[in-house]
Amino acid sequence: MIVLVSLLALVALAAVPFFVGAYPLGLGIGILGYGVLATAWALFSGPTRYISLATVAFFGIGAYTVAVLADLMPYPLVLLCAALIGLVVAILVGLATLRLAGIYFVIFTFGLAELVRQLVTYYEVNVTRTLGRYVFLPIGPEHIYWQLLGLLAITLALAFWISRAKIGLALRVIGDDPVVASHLGIGITRTKLALFSLSAVVMTLAGAIQAPRWTYIEPSIVFNPTVSFLTVIMALLGGPNRLFGPLLGAVPLFLLFEWLSANFPNHYSIILGLLFIAIVFLLPNGVLAAWDKFAARLKNKEARA
Amino acid sequence: MLFSAILTGLVLGGTYALIAMGLTLQYGVARIMNLAYGDLIIAGSFGAMLLFTAAGINPLLALFIVVPSGFALSWLIYALMLQPLARRSPNRDRLEGDSILATFGLLFVIQGVALVLFGANYQSYSFLAVPIDVFGTTIAANRLLAFALAVLFGTGLWLLLTRTRFGTVIRAVAANPGSAPLVGINVDHVARLAFALGGGLAAAGGVVVSMYLTFSATMGVVFTMKALIVVIMGGVGNLLGALAAGLILGVVETLVSSFIDPGLTLAATYLIFLAVLVVRPQGLFGKPAR
Repeated sequence: MIVLVSLLALVALAAVPFFVGAYPLGLGIGILGYGVLATAWALFSGPTRYISLATVAFFGIGAYTVAVLADLMPYPLVLLCAALIGLVVAILVGLATLRLAGIYFVIFTFGLAELVRQLVTYYEVNVTRTLGRYVFLPIGPEHIYWQLLGLLAITLALAFWISRAKIGLALRVIGDDPVVASHLGIGITRTKLALFSLSAVVMTLAGAIQAPRWTYIEPSIVFNPTVSFLTVIMALLGGPNRLFGPLLGAVPLFLLFEWLSANFPNHYSIILGLLFIAIVFLLPNGVLAAWDKFAARLKNKEARA
Repeated sequence: MLFSAILTGLVLGGTYALIAMGLTLQYGVARIMNLAYGDLIIAGSFGAMLLFTAAGINPLLALFIVVPSGFALSWLIYALMLQPLARRSPNRDRLEGDSILATFGLLFVIQGVALVLFGANYQSYSFLAVPIDVFGTTIAANRLLAFALAVLFGTGLWLLLTRTRFGTVIRAVAANPGSAPLVGINVDHVARLAFALGGGLAAAGGVVVSMYLTFSATMGVVFTMKALIVVIMGGVGNLLGALAAGLILGVVETLVSSFIDPGLTLAATYLIFLAVLVVRPQGLFGKPAR
């Protein structure tokens, strides 16, 4: 039943580009893009509570790989290369930090985007001597929309499968109590590394798929820290421990962000920062958990009355 | 050439040690991992620049305005935003996670305000930019002054922590926040003071930075990163460790930027961080496993 409903929803969403104009389609791409990022973020950070602040590092790696390789090889191969590069970076980062306490991971990811941005800039300035690249690919917005929709469906399916599978259970035990997890014989570092890499690959692909939309790409555009920030706030708003939570957070916040950047271009980071703090305060487990709590309270009241 | 690079590196390292001391106070005592720390430093830099260019106030005098402001602002931030989080957290890990998220939001607020007020361009002003001869190499007077200030603040903080009753109280909370109340210490109060003190040091670091470096509204992340790396390398809560680690970082960065490429300084920083994580995650002088 659930499978049928999801398939119907997928088909309905896939038909959207035939009925709407360019601007709504752009919004759809944005929502799907952030939906993928937030879902992928929650895949790892939800159960383990390891807060990753490096979303844009992987997103940017994906976009940049497409910009560099688009002329050299066919598109599917470019996506594969992007995913591989994202995977390698994620494994390196994970190997260095995931065997330690969560705080080291947070700190490492906090500066990672800036590091990658500076390295790419250094490379482009000194070796290739071209800062800024053009992406000319025969890929229209509707194709990007479909690719993102497919990626989102795959990510959600993966998240669903993981929450049911052994590895998801292991991950939740690690998040609740690492000592218990190690006594149960769970390979803590290995499990975390696998999930972190998976989530990073999805983020890389999200960046790679959206690259043709920019046409012009340079490091300061694709490594914009706002992307990391928005991803975390969306996942937190919806609830990082629910399957559809991050996606649910992505829809209203992306629309809000669009509206803010159109109407208050200079102040949106202040407003979003304040909103972020408010979410951390008021909805520590996301809006879905808060709603469940509220519903339970209503039920209790009814039962007592 | 090598000597001059090392000298410049030591001066830069002094500043790194200074800003790391503030962060180690905030993290070691108040248990707040403050990701907005670097943006407070930049705010201090902008404050000094504004006072110098608009009112003609000497940056040394500006310290007396900017540092208390940083102290007061951090006090307010802790009282309004972080204390409620500290009270509701059942354990230290939860507080760490919540404070990371809350200060991550704060980072964007402070940075947004700085962007609105000053724009995204690199800023600097010229103060004491006269060459001085030190052992045969020349170095700008403002850099020497920055180093002297770092030494002054560092010594002051060290004396405060080791020679006064208040310092002992702070160290008691850092060592064991659970038992501190047993000897009549108000942990809430001490944590707030330590956080504010850290903010004051960040502002001081900002003034020092503004004397000899160019800075911009979006540079806070880099300073936070460097301060964090110095804190971890020196061992959390260890002032002398922070000093040593800061100097090492400053020298390595300067060597990389003068002999390899200035675009690779952050990469060098990260390489050091990586080495520390792999070899001694507890810090150069930390005890194994906390």
